[in-house]
Amino acid sequence: MSESTADADDLRRRVHEFLDTHDPGSTEPLEFLRARFDAGFAWVHFPSGLGGLDAPRALQSVVDDAFTAVGAPRNQAERNVIGLGMAAPTILRFGTDEQKSRLLRPLWTGEDIWCQLFSEPGAGSDLAALGTRAVRDGDHWIVTGQKVWTSIAHEARWAILVARTDPGVPKHRGMTYFVCDMTAPGVEVRPLRQITGEAEFNEVFLTDVRIPDTDRLGDVGQGWAVAQTTLMNERVAIGGGAAPRESGMIGMVTALWREHPELRTAGLHDTLLRLWVETEAARLTGMRLRQQLAAGQPGPEGSAVKLAYARLNQEASGLELELLGEDGLRYDDWTMRRPTGVDFTRRSPGYRYLRAKGNSIEGGTSEILRNIVAERVLGLPGEIRVDKDVAWKDLPK
Amino acid sequence: MTDLLYGDIEEELRRAVRSVLDDLAPWSQVLAGVEGDDPYDAKLWRTISADLGCAGLAVPEELGGAGASFREAAVVLEELGRAVAPVPFLGSAVVATAALLEAGETELLAQLAAGRRTAALAVPFSTPPGASFAPTVRAEDVAPAGERPVAGEPGGNATLTGVVRSVADGLAADVLLVPADGVLYAVDGADVRRTAVTSLDMTRPLCDLVLASAPAWPVATGHAARRALEAALTTGAALLASEQLGLAERCLETTVAYVKTRYQFGRPIGSFQGLKHRLADLWVSISQARAVARYAAACAAEGDPDTAVAVAVAQAHCSTVAVRAAEECVQLHGGIGFTWEHPAHLYLKRAKSTSIAFGTPDRHRAALAGLVDLPL
Ligand SMILES: Cc1cc2nc3c(=O)[nH]c(=O)nc-3n(C[C@H](O)[C@H](O)[C@H](O)COP(=O)(O)OP(=O)(O)OC[C@H]3O[C@@H](n4cnc5c(N)ncnc54)[C@H](O)[C@@H]3O)c2cc1C
Repeated sequence: MSESTADADDLRRRVHEFLDTHDPGSTEPLEFLRARFDAGFAWVHFPSGLGGLDAPRALQSVVDDAFTAVGAPRNQAERNVIGLGMAAPTILRFGTDEQKSRLLRPLWTGEDIWCQLFSEPGAGSDLAALGTRAVRDGDHWIVTGQKVWTSIAHEARWAILVARTDPGVPKHRGMTYFVCDMTAPGVEVRPLRQITGEAEFNEVFLTDVRIPDTDRLGDVGQGWAVAQTTLMNERVAIGGGAAPRESGMIGMVTALWREHPELRTAGLHDTLLRLWVETEAARLTGMRLRQQLAAGQPGPEGSAVKLAYARLNQEASGLELELLGEDGLRYDDWTMRRPTGVDFTRRSPGYRYLRAKGNSIEGGTSEILRNIVAERVLGLPGEIRVDKDVAWKDLPK
Repeated sequence: MTDLLYGDIEEELRRAVRSVLDDLAPWSQVLAGVEGDDPYDAKLWRTISADLGCAGLAVPEELGGAGASFREAAVVLEELGRAVAPVPFLGSAVVATAALLEAGETELLAQLAAGRRTAALAVPFSTPPGASFAPTVRAEDVAPAGERPVAGEPGGNATLTGVVRSVADGLAADVLLVPADGVLYAVDGADVRRTAVTSLDMTRPLCDLVLASAPAWPVATGHAARRALEAALTTGAALLASEQLGLAERCLETTVAYVKTRYQFGRPIGSFQGLKHRLADLWVSISQARAVARYAAACAAEGDPDTAVAVAVAQAHCSTVAVRAAEECVQLHGGIGFTWEHPAHLYLKRAKSTSIAFGTPDRHRAALAGLVDLPL
């Protein structure tokens, strides 16, 4: 028996022992989730005491499967994508012991939803240009500024926040990373309606918000380095996910194709098969990426997966509308709502087409990702920088 | 779950093959070779097939092979693709070997595995998996069952007459595996009239075959013959994806290196975003090609039920990527990339030829439509 099978069997046995003393049917869901966290079955690759077992990440699926099999209470990970995918790894890497033990458990159980206060009206792709100010006041910071495109801010209890603490140095050097209590006085969340009709995202106005220094993540001035950890994880989170063949957007189109022979044309057939091949290629690339991660050989393929996913979602949803013909002229609902997450499957093809347009903008635009691949993977020269050695306060805005 | 990574042994094999290729098959050598009359580089082939033992990678140890699999053979093909190396590895150690393995033949297989002889499948290089026996060759004087002489004995048990065009790795093959009238025959190379074709891919010259009552021995008949032909074509198509991957990677590397050092407008041309983004997109496609090619090789090696789909996806994707990589290599080198002296054209010719070999991407997509139930 290989070592990893032994580990998997051992882990499965430990989960069953846990289930013997925590009946998934009768235990109150939140209590159950907290106990699961405390037992180290939240994210096994995290350290013991912080929801993990210091075990290889690849073993998480063993644990998840065991809990799913008995219908155990779920932490509804899809509602807390930013928390689980971005805030948690950043807190783990840069947080103090106090921060880790205070923040990670309610994050994992879903008690605390998290949002990301990074982008600003004047700082999108050029995140390092951000101007939200944090000024020290004893053992607190006073934060003032405006954030924008903040997904799920209307649901969030906490935010990860980057703010400028020193305008007198070049932009990359003068930032500091915080976690921000979204219920603090001075935090105002206003919905921003998007092309789909609803408002997943918001603008967030911060007016003299007092953040205790104990909510600072990393050193003063180290904000850019901390933010890099968040962004790296964001791209993995967006592009990642193990998926069976024909799942996601392409599955919608193939189902439609099979059910409606009358919609078929030679041209659409060709387009569909091209997309099918490319989607399968992207799926296998994601599978290979996960195998690399599990084997401890992380590669730069995460960017490739995110780039491909954005384009394929857009092309497949565009094809779905064309395939529908007349029905493609209809939309399900333009009502302004404030959803709690993105679900491509439950809305109409028109929604999918429109929402997919965000895939090449959110989490770093496709153009920026190509720059990153070109420079960091291929080693090509960087863009010409006119702002590198200029103090942030002197930059043209 | 199918393993899409490279194991330690595969990495070791890669290093060994690459170092031989660096020594014996630098571009200048390959380029000089295509102007000569030799169908392939005999010294290089000896080193790779026999000295490194690559010819027998997919052959079991008890038959004189290395007892590895087509996965490892795929790694060799990545390296051969990188070098556009003129050796009959694909034709002999992959395609003919797959046919013989499936047919249960052992004698010729052992000779191929040892690198002592080479064999080629006598079909046009463009033949896709799923193709039926071509009617261009007919078997005559077929001895009745029971009176069959053993393969290799003089006389044969049938004679073959006909024509096969555009055969890969056939010019110098010791044995040709000829599908005719539902039987897979072995024919001695000396008994076949072979004409070298002026080929688009100068590093893998094709030939036309004329058989005039050539003595032939059956390798497989009936169902077994159909299965052997199919195994040969499917395995060839699956592993060609790895050759295409290696080729594309080398084109990208060469191009990236060039755009870093070539200055125009006072800057390296690789600093222009129009070029950076094209190269980044190419890198993305090549990352995908790696996953897809590994999957196809693993499926072919394990006889996975998903092999047909894996092969169609691999050929549809990797053919396109290889051609794009080679075309970008020519374009981004500017005038120098259009010259005979620069190796870019060797890659372009190889890439475009491989995109037709074992069926064009369009044919593979059409096959897929049937396989995954997406009919027109
Ligand atoms: C659905 C959605 C959800 C989002 N959620 C969040 C969130 O929760 N939190 C958060 O902080 N942000 C969020 N964002 C914001 C997102 O990160 C930014 O929109 C993105 O980084 C682009 O910034 P921008 O909108 O200012 O566009 P700009 O940076 O102004 O870009 C405009 C165009 O110029 C191109 N461009 C810019 N610079 C370059 C360059 N150097 N080279 C080539 N092209 C360039 C861009 O690719 C783009 O096409 C979200 C966005 C969307 C669409």
